[in-house]
Amino acid sequence: MTVTTLAPQKSISKTVAGTTVTMTPEQADAFGRELDALKERVIADLGERDTTYIRRIIKAQRGLEVAGRAMLFGGIFPPFWLAGTAMLGLSKILDNMEIGHNVMHGQYDWTGDPALSSKTFEWDTACPADQWRHSHNYMHHTYTNIVGMDRDIGYGILRMSEDQRWRPYFLGNPVYAFLLMVLFQYGVALHELETERIRAGEITLADKREILNGIWRKTKRQTLKDYVAFPLLSGPFAPWVFAGNLTANLIRNVWSYMIIFCGHFPEDVQEFSIEETKAETRGQWYFRQVLGSANLTGGKLFHILSGNLSFQIEHHLFPDIPAHRHAEIATEVREICKRYGVPYNSGSLPRQFGTVVRKIVKLALPSRSAATAGS
Amino acid sequence: MFTQTLTKRVLASPLVDLLTGPHGVDRYTELVTPTWTLADARAKVIAVRRQTPRSATLILEPNRAFAGFRAGQHINLTVEIDGRLRTRPYSPASAEGAPHIELTVGRHDGGLVSNYLYEHARPGMVVGLDSVGGDFVLPDVRPRRILFVSGGSGITPVMSMLRTMRAEGSDREIAFIHYARSGQEACYRDELAAMAGVRVLHGYTRSPEEGDLDGYFGADHLATAMPSPDAVYVCGPPALVEAVRKHCADANWESFVPPVFGVPSEPSGGRIAFADSGVAVTDDGRSLLEQAEAAGLKPESGCRMGICHTCTLRKTSGVVKNLTTGAMSSTEAEDVQICVSVPVGDVDIAL
Repeated sequence: MTVTTLAPQKSISKTVAGTTVTMTPEQADAFGRELDALKERVIADLGERDTTYIRRIIKAQRGLEVAGRAMLFGGIFPPFWLAGTAMLGLSKILDNMEIGHNVMHGQYDWTGDPALSSKTFEWDTACPADQWRHSHNYMHHTYTNIVGMDRDIGYGILRMSEDQRWRPYFLGNPVYAFLLMVLFQYGVALHELETERIRAGEITLADKREILNGIWRKTKRQTLKDYVAFPLLSGPFAPWVFAGNLTANLIRNVWSYMIIFCGHFPEDVQEFSIEETKAETRGQWYFRQVLGSANLTGGKLFHILSGNLSFQIEHHLFPDIPAHRHAEIATEVREICKRYGVPYNSGSLPRQFGTVVRKIVKLALPSRSAATAGS
Repeated sequence: MFTQTLTKRVLASPLVDLLTGPHGVDRYTELVTPTWTLADARAKVIAVRRQTPRSATLILEPNRAFAGFRAGQHINLTVEIDGRLRTRPYSPASAEGAPHIELTVGRHDGGLVSNYLYEHARPGMVVGLDSVGGDFVLPDVRPRRILFVSGGSGITPVMSMLRTMRAEGSDREIAFIHYARSGQEACYRDELAAMAGVRVLHGYTRSPEEGDLDGYFGADHLATAMPSPDAVYVCGPPALVEAVRKHCADANWESFVPPVFGVPSEPSGGRIAFADSGVAVTDDGRSLLEQAEAAGLKPESGCRMGICHTCTLRKTSGVVKNLTTGAMSSTEAEDVQICVSVPVGDVDIAL
């Protein structure tokens, strides 16, 4: 985030769904101050309630995991297999979303609990936590939706923005997107490898040796656990355990892919250029975070299973306050945005994901005219 | 015993580590019983007693991960207060090797953890035993004539030493001067009175007529208790430690109250690089910990007075000054306690 104040500041302006939103430097400063004040209020209120909340989620996750794996040992009986697989899938979703993602953001660092420390937490997925912290907490959250800086735009394999130049390779956009969904944990694991830069010849695989070693170490243990150790321990029931673990990982992959793609890719979510975000003030950074994110509507359980990423806007404004607080402040954030005329993108999962799928398909083809690009 | 060892061996096996990865087996067993952990030393409070109006004595049952302490050392105790873990050093009063740890915690102004324990400690409460440290310990060959001096809650490490020597069946000549505000506030008075082979003298600063000694420590107290001892151990407020060291320069000492250290008259103006975070600031003379926090970083910290080592970080280059000892570090890479260290010129910290 660039907070350097350079006078005179320029107004910022974006066209969202045909309406132009403009903010003068003064308005942006005032907008930023209101959001800062909101954040300070939440931080001053953090305490036992938050620690109790996350420990309850952790307890539920570990309980579902142990029970799910135990059930799968009896997976030769279909009800046991179905229940065990569902429980293990839920456990992995909770572990990755509401616990892992949020703990690694430093949302619970203030507790001083080593088990909730962003520096040391490791999650139940192929991606090594330290690599995630760099690519996600630092790169994605700082340079959100800046084309050419935020590698979450297309993850180096998809065309998710008109501003990404079309190449014949992108004809396969829907196929790559489907494969990424099914194999999502491995897609996330390979993120720091920057395969697109390797393909472009900017760097070689040798430059990424350490990253690759880290991915290998983590993925190896995860694979041994889910696909070798637990199946073998179940003796003659190995095929059922193997299939259950595979399905649980698939459930988690599809779910987290859908939630994450709904964070920044639905219709009307804005992208930014490096040029227009130069010398951005704090207020302008907040402005970009709101316009570059989209929320999902749903019930309490839905929000928990999404890791409260359904409050993507609040999460991007305040990535290090406990995510269960985002629901509580959403009304206020929305009200502040309304007063400053900043559109607040929110919709149901089917609606938002529908527009994401449409974008994936549409961007497989070259943009119709130069006028639509970079608008 | 056999089943316990077997359980431990199974839980510590590489297979269980793989199966419970990436969190590790402790993150599962602790949900069954908070003290059921292999790597994290923890203890359960099994009794709370009130010996004096302003103190609470806690009896702790440590789990098997706790490796013990030497008499006189402190344990960095972790307690959760309003959702936050707080770590503070406490010197146990129990003997070295005793099955239970005994802590006597005095309430005092601004003592967040001590006051919390005084008010809220209950049987069943679980605390963390983070680490053990301190070189306020007896030599393996016990000196022939030992004088112990303590003030207030400084009595606890001395009690640990006395009880340890007693358990050993020691034949050493021991004198012990303890200072408290009044007889009512003197912890362990009855036990000390009944302890054979120890000459115990009480000094009460607010009701001198009750005690054996009048006023504060001086040559007369020393002469009354034990003239020219072989070893002196003093633990208490800085003024007491200072008074004892004036008469017995070789005294071993420990002080519970944060030392008041002067900030260097002028900041070095050097550049502090918190290399791992990519943050650099210009030295303003405060401790590295405070300056790191002011820069928005969140280094681990504990006592903030230079004794618990929770905040220790690697200094990769540059010189720092330790405010408690005044010692200058070398320029080489070494671990420094950032809560009591200030930069002397440019420094790089691995944070």
